[in-house]
Formats: sequence, C-alpha cells, structure tokens
Amino acid sequence: MRQVCLEMVYQLAKTDDRIVFIGSDLGVGTLQSFKEEYPERFFMEGISEANLIGMAAGLAMEGKIPYVNTIATFLTRRCFEQIVVDLCLHNVKVRLIGNGGGLVYAPLGPTHEAIDDLAILRAVPRMTIVAPADANEMRRLMPLTVDYPGPIYIRLAKGNDPIVTRDDVPFQIGQAMLMRKGSEALLVTTGVTLKCALDAAETLSAQGIEAAVLHIPTVKPLDTEAILAAAAEVAVVVTIEEHTVIGGLGSAVAEVVAEAGFSPAKRFKRIGIPDVFPDQYGSQASLMKRYAITAEQLVATVTNLLSGVAPSVR
Amino acid sequence: MSSSLTVSKQPLGTRARLDRRSRELRRTIVRMLEKSGRAHFGSAFSILEILRVLYDDILRYNPTEPKWALRDRCILSKGHGCLALYVILAEKGFFPEEELWKFCQPDGLLGGHPEHKIPGVEASTGSLGHGLSIGIGFALNARYERADYRTFVIIGDGESNEGSIWEAAMCAAKHRLNHLTVLIDYNKQQSYGTTFEVQDLEPLADKWRAFGFAVTEVDGHDVGMLRTTLSRLPLDATKPTAVICHTIKGKGIQFVERNLRWHHKNKATAEEVHALLAALETD
Repeated sequence: MRQVCLEMVYQLAKTDDRIVFIGSDLGVGTLQSFKEEYPERFFMEGISEANLIGMAAGLAMEGKIPYVNTIATFLTRRCFEQIVVDLCLHNVKVRLIGNGGGLVYAPLGPTHEAIDDLAILRAVPRMTIVAPADANEMRRLMPLTVDYPGPIYIRLAKGNDPIVTRDDVPFQIGQAMLMRKGSEALLVTTGVTLKCALDAAETLSAQGIEAAVLHIPTVKPLDTEAILAAAAEVAVVVTIEEHTVIGGLGSAVAEVVAEAGFSPAKRFKRIGIPDVFPDQYGSQASLMKRYAITAEQLVATVTNLLSGVAPSVR
Repeated sequence: MSSSLTVSKQPLGTRARLDRRSRELRRTIVRMLEKSGRAHFGSAFSILEILRVLYDDILRYNPTEPKWALRDRCILSKGHGCLALYVILAEKGFFPEEELWKFCQPDGLLGGHPEHKIPGVEASTGSLGHGLSIGIGFALNARYERADYRTFVIIGDGESNEGSIWEAAMCAAKHRLNHLTVLIDYNKQQSYGTTFEVQDLEPLADKWRAFGFAVTEVDGHDVGMLRTTLSRLPLDATKPTAVICHTIKGKGIQFVERNLRWHHKNKATAEEVHALLAALETD
C-alpha cells in the first residue's frame, strides 16, 4: 500500500507540476525516480516535522500540492499544532501520508504505533481522513487527492495486505461502501480491518446470521447517511478498527447512532485497542490478536449481542 | 566567532528618537487599546519601526490586490504584535481605517492575532514558531517559479525559544534561501521576565551565523539604519539573512518601556489611555 501510494504521487507529479513531495529523512532510495526527474519538486528534509508542515503549508498557500510523508506517529503527534494552525486553519491542500497506521510498527514499540492518529485528527476542523483497505483502493484514491479541497491525512497499512476491495466499486472521498448486505447485524470498519469484517460476515452467514459490512475508508467527513441507513436495517452494530476505541471510527459511529435515537436502541459495541499503550512487541498480527481485533471477536460479539448478552466493558 | 555587538556593551535600540510619524502611529495603537481595553501593547511598540520601514520603503505590494503574485511576502510570526501591523496595513489601504476601531469586537475584522482572512496578512499566526517555516515554503515556491518576490518573517526573541524556529533556520540555510530574511525583534523581554532570566538566547548573532545565515544587527527603532540595512539585502548571495533588531518593548513611552505589566495590557483605564496619549504628544 505504501509503495502504491508513493508510486502514485510520482505518477501524478509527472502530469501535474503543482505536486511536490516532502519526506522527513526517509529510507535511502525513496522515490528515486521522482528525485531524478523532478529534483526541484522533491524535498528530502531533516527530521523536523514541525518545520516540514509549515513549509508544506507555505508551498500550498502558493498553489503547490505537497505530499508529506513520514511515520504516522511523528506526522500526527509531533507536529499536531502545525497541522491545526498551518494546515487546517488555512485550509490548504497538503496531503499527509502516514506510514504504519495502527499497530504496523509493533516490533518498534509504542513510540511508533499510530493507535491514536484518527482520534487526534478527527478533532480538527477541515481535516479529511482516509484509511484505504488495500493497495488497489489506494490506487483508486490517490488521483482524487490532487484537487480535493483542504488538508488530507492518508493512513497507510503495513503493505502486502490482502486485496479485499473491488475495482468495479468507484472510490469517492467521503463515501462509505456497503460491501455486503445483511439484515441482522452491521459491521462497520475502516482500513485493513475490512478483511476481518468480511471474514466475520462469512462465518456468521454460515451460522445463519446475515451481517452487513460497511467499509468507511473516509473517517472524516463521515458518511453519516450511509451509516444510519445501514444501521436502520439491523438490531446490532459493531465497529472494528486498528485504533484506540477512544475517538476513532467506533466513537464516530457511536455518536451518529446514539444521536439518531433509534427505537429500539441498537445494541452496540466497539472493537479496537483498549485505552492502553501496547505492552508487547511481536507483530502487527500478534498485537491485533492480543487486543482481539479479529474476525473471531467480531463473530463472538455479534452472536452475544444478538442473543442479548451485554457486551463486556473494558 | 564572537558577536560583534553584545547587549551589555552597546545597548542598541535605546537611543533612537521617535519622529512625528512613529509617535502618530503609536497614538493610533493607543486609541485601538482604548476601544478594546486589552492588547499586546508593548510588543506592538517594539516592532513598529521595523514594520514601518518594511511597508514604507522595502516591500513591494499592492493594497488593492493583496494577493498580487509578485508581491513581497511579509509574515508577522510573532502574531501578538499585530496592532503595529494593523495600523500600517490600514494606513496603506489594505482595509478601511474604521476596522481599527472595531479591534477585537464581534463584528470586527481584526482580532488579537493576525489571520489570513485580513487583506495583507499572509498567514494566521499567534502560536509562536510557525511563521518562519511557512516563509520557507513561500521562498521555495519563488525559486521554483523563478519569481523575484522576497519573503520577510518577523519573529520575536521569546518566540526564538521554540525549537521549530531552529528547525526552520537549518532548513532555510540548507536551501540557501537568499531571498528570505528573518527579522528578530530582540527587545530582550518575554512574558515573565527578561530573556536572560527566562531563556537566554546569547550569543544570538553567533547562533544565527552558526545556523548558516548572514547576520547583521541594527537599532530596531532607528528608521534610517533599518532602511539602509534592509535596502542592501541579501547580505550574502548564498545565504538567508537574519537581521537582529535591538528594540525596546513599549518603546516611546517612558512608563511602558521595559515594563512587563504592559506586555499584554488588560483593562486599560481612561486615565492610563490619557497618560499614554499625553506621553506621545511631546517630542
């Protein structure tokens, strides 16, 4: 997904001289072709995220479209104020490409695990947040990022993630996608956990439970209409995300569903990282399992909620 | 390398006398304070001559076309000094003078920190340490577009505590942005106390030199000296320029000068306003 994303920046830059790439001391050889062909639009700068965001904002105010890339935690936490003031307040077209959304950097520990990027950025007016589910979806997204108004945060997954999206479903920023219909439960997901949701829906179907799957690659602006329409059909709504349960997709969906005042109320549960810093290394997969961000957990949660078992509080 | 001018040896900024125009601009600021009752007062007086010279003699701009592509860009990174910027921009015709009298009012254009919606304001500032990086973006764009506009960024000495200033300084030097000038309002006071007490910046000129800038120091209230210095930029064709402007917070009114109670003035009384105006009457 990362490779596709950066390759797309290069491809788009070939025909659009407004596009600028800014990296923060990335790995040697990153976007070498871009650097060689368009050196005046390629900036590999020091480890100085605050400065880079300001610099990108300045370029964007002048009509350029900078794509800024580094590790997601540094790109969100370190320079949060620059994001708020320089990018969002000025409403400039800067695209933040965050490597390692969620638990991707499990072996590197909590400083590198972007478990809160969606929550942090959701709070900021004018920020658009996208989390594609696979490389193909990234390929469909990227051309749309060029002229989309205001700043965008693009959350990258690990890479080599299974392809679960379909080429015949057009991507639109701000639009949710109903990946599967179902009359009993609704599974809402963003990013790579779409795979968990689709697998869970398959398993549930085999058990005679039809669960819809709503994929929300754009966490903000949220497609509330699609969420409410899908939720209206079912008794149970479960969200799943590779992110803290505080402030991310689950929170966003909960807000929408709670305020809709469904009667009877939906039985609702968020699946995600609890309010902790991950305390183990291992791999993205092992931490996902540790925090029960899995298809199995989805199946169990849906089954329990449908049978009236209250969800556990954690 | 040692600084050619140190604060203790030669207290630049303390000697320049204010001419009629500088006093009149200050009177306008006092009248804005009278309307709003609060303002970063001392900070505005500190940078007034810097802005005056920039807008009178140095910058290329067109008030009827604030976004003119070839204008020189000027960012007031120490946004809290905005009263000084507002009176100059109004005088130059970027917006009607009446806006000055609605400072911080619900229906006013002008608030306690400059915002990019205001004609003539390039970037919203207020939180410190942002403007220089934005200026680097402007300057890089000028180079890419082969446009001959220049970028000026006014930062504070307190603001220079921010790490982002020094990130930006390294970046500007790396790119040899000789069409970028940073003006440091060195009044040696920040909110709590002197810069020497709170966070000493010395040797400041050496710091900027070490970060790759061509550096000069001026009396930041000496209009002639500022004009001469800013007319011969860049100081070095291979480097960005740093102009350390030695200033006095509250310059021009004896009981305000270096008085931290006037850094941000709250609830200015009618008596105080009267005293301020009276102090600016005399030569």
